[in-house]
Amino acid sequence: MSEFALLMEHVYKKFRKGETYNSLRDLLPAMTGKMIRGEELNQSDKREFWALQDISFEVKHGESFGIIGANGAGKSTALKILSRIMMPTKGRMVVNGRLSALIEVTAGFHQDLTGRENIFLHGTILGMTKREIDSKFDQIVAFSGLGEFIDTPVKRYSSGMYARLGFSIAAHVDPEVLIVDEVLSVGDYVFQQRCMERIRSVIDGGTTVLFVSHNLKSVTEICKRAMLLDHGRVAAIDNTDAVIRKYLSAGAALKTRKDNEPVYFSKVVVRDRAGEQSTFESGQTAWVDLEVTAREAFDKMAVVIWFTDQAQYVIFHTSTERLGFPPISLPAGGTYRCTFELSLNIAHGTFHLVTEIYRYHTQKGFDRREPAATIFVGSTTAVGGAVNCFPRLVQSETVAATTQSCEV
Amino acid sequence: MKNELKQLYRYRELLYAITYRDIKVRYKQSVMGFLWAVLMPIMIVLSGVVVRYGYALVSGKPLNSQDIASVAVKSIPWAFLVSSIRFACSSLTSNYSLVTKIYFPKEVFPIAAVLACLFDFLVASVALVFLLLVMRIGWSIYLVWIPVLLLIMVLLATGIGMFVSAASLFFRDVRYIVEVLLTFGIFFTPVFYEIRMLGNRGKWLLLNPMAPILDGLSASIVRHQSPALYGFVYSLAFSLVALVAGFVFFKHLEPSFAENI
Repeated sequence: MSEFALLMEHVYKKFRKGETYNSLRDLLPAMTGKMIRGEELNQSDKREFWALQDISFEVKHGESFGIIGANGAGKSTALKILSRIMMPTKGRMVVNGRLSALIEVTAGFHQDLTGRENIFLHGTILGMTKREIDSKFDQIVAFSGLGEFIDTPVKRYSSGMYARLGFSIAAHVDPEVLIVDEVLSVGDYVFQQRCMERIRSVIDGGTTVLFVSHNLKSVTEICKRAMLLDHGRVAAIDNTDAVIRKYLSAGAALKTRKDNEPVYFSKVVVRDRAGEQSTFESGQTAWVDLEVTAREAFDKMAVVIWFTDQAQYVIFHTSTERLGFPPISLPAGGTYRCTFELSLNIAHGTFHLVTEIYRYHTQKGFDRREPAATIFVGSTTAVGGAVNCFPRLVQSETVAATTQSCEV
Repeated sequence: MKNELKQLYRYRELLYAITYRDIKVRYKQSVMGFLWAVLMPIMIVLSGVVVRYGYALVSGKPLNSQDIASVAVKSIPWAFLVSSIRFACSSLTSNYSLVTKIYFPKEVFPIAAVLACLFDFLVASVALVFLLLVMRIGWSIYLVWIPVLLLIMVLLATGIGMFVSAASLFFRDVRYIVEVLLTFGIFFTPVFYEIRMLGNRGKWLLLNPMAPILDGLSASIVRHQSPALYGFVYSLAFSLVALVAGFVFFKHLEPSFAENI
């Protein structure tokens, strides 16, 4: 067996933009028209674009490797090429071992079949033999937690149940190489935890895992190494923390700008003592520098900032007004600067900073930046959950059992 | 091509599973259940009887039970060909998410479509056997031709099915063209009539690869003869070429399915 489980060498993928002829009714007139005018038939070249350019990376056996990047960076295309659904336009791709992809876990389901029938159907589609499915059937049902609904047609399932069944089947394929794409967004919290556990146990079992997600927290938890894609090119391949840092700093440069607002944020910077920063340690102090510029005279405003987590849940919220500062007024062309100092007592994860200029008395907001910045908080202390209470174990003793303490 | 066949063999369980799904879903959805499989053949047989009755009136020859048996024997395979091509034609586009999301040899879709229609054909055949028993058509050693002829027919349907399924993935209106050809194909195929009724010029219709198959079935079941040799060889060769060409065409286009569907 060779050293690599997955290998891509100078892979390119070209797509055509815009409408292509997908009926003979459109194609034939277009072709004859061009022939009469004596034009080349291959005129579509101008509308082509490269979804992937010169992608090279390798994943060793048993390694877990992450791919991150903004929407449209080429992650899904890369996965489709790895799972052999699409062919690269140029380049070489090698997969050693049975590959299974948790890409669309319910793709093989048929609405009119029962859960039981779909387990057999989808299991076969994913490459399991009938005997394998027979032996794992009870495990799959138990994992999905759908025992009593297993003989119900899946069209009666809720979307959560549907996805859970799909994931349960896919999670029991036992591949040598597993590709995971954004499937953990299904199901409730408990099920998501179970999925993460399952993926971890698969990794511990020696399976090579390729993990693609927008959830940077899961990527850091699962992958040691990662690749950052940017507009179809490799922007970085390094250990996961370094890649995430690069991704977040690149994302900070992409702030949307609105030209029709009477006031707008002319500067938003998140920094530590040294300067602009996007990764912090839990408990560290961060400063948010804001600069507001008025296009026309503007009064009675406050600056509001808040943090949301990956699920868009607001975990923290404050404003100049709440901190006791009077409403601000600006003449046309004037600017206002403020700095918030924040103790990041957050446990671990990726958080988005949202900023807004707000008039409390009319309850109207202006130039909301969502997100104005994204930060990643890592924690060296072993804490879980959303906040960091900085635990210390101040007492720990074992008391031998005494007969007197057994009260009845 | 050897590798592709090997791979198809490895995925044979998937082929069974998809076939099973196609059959099961069809019978689950329709209230009529098994009647579904015999409805179209019954309609074709009845229209054939009407046509033959008209022909009998014009020619002055009485309509005998052999003629009706012949129409019935040819109608059911024709119904199979029509429904399997029609079903195969949409088999890729109706499995959109599987084509774009999961890797496996995609020819299982048109092949499973043909196999699911073969199941309908077998159900209808049971009804046909009862009909033939009632009509006292009798039996002979020539019945051994039946499996051979049916095999040629299945190969032909599979070859055409693979071709039209891939073509209709790229050009959606291929479906309508196929639909027109299937609807009017019955007039160019000796289902309701016999080749000899059209005299000398009727021979040209034997270029239709389905004609010698249907005529051969009618010969071995109703007339107790061997199928005509030249026609048989022609159909066999045509079907094999269609199968290989369909498969090669399909496999050639398969890598670009996901981005063009």
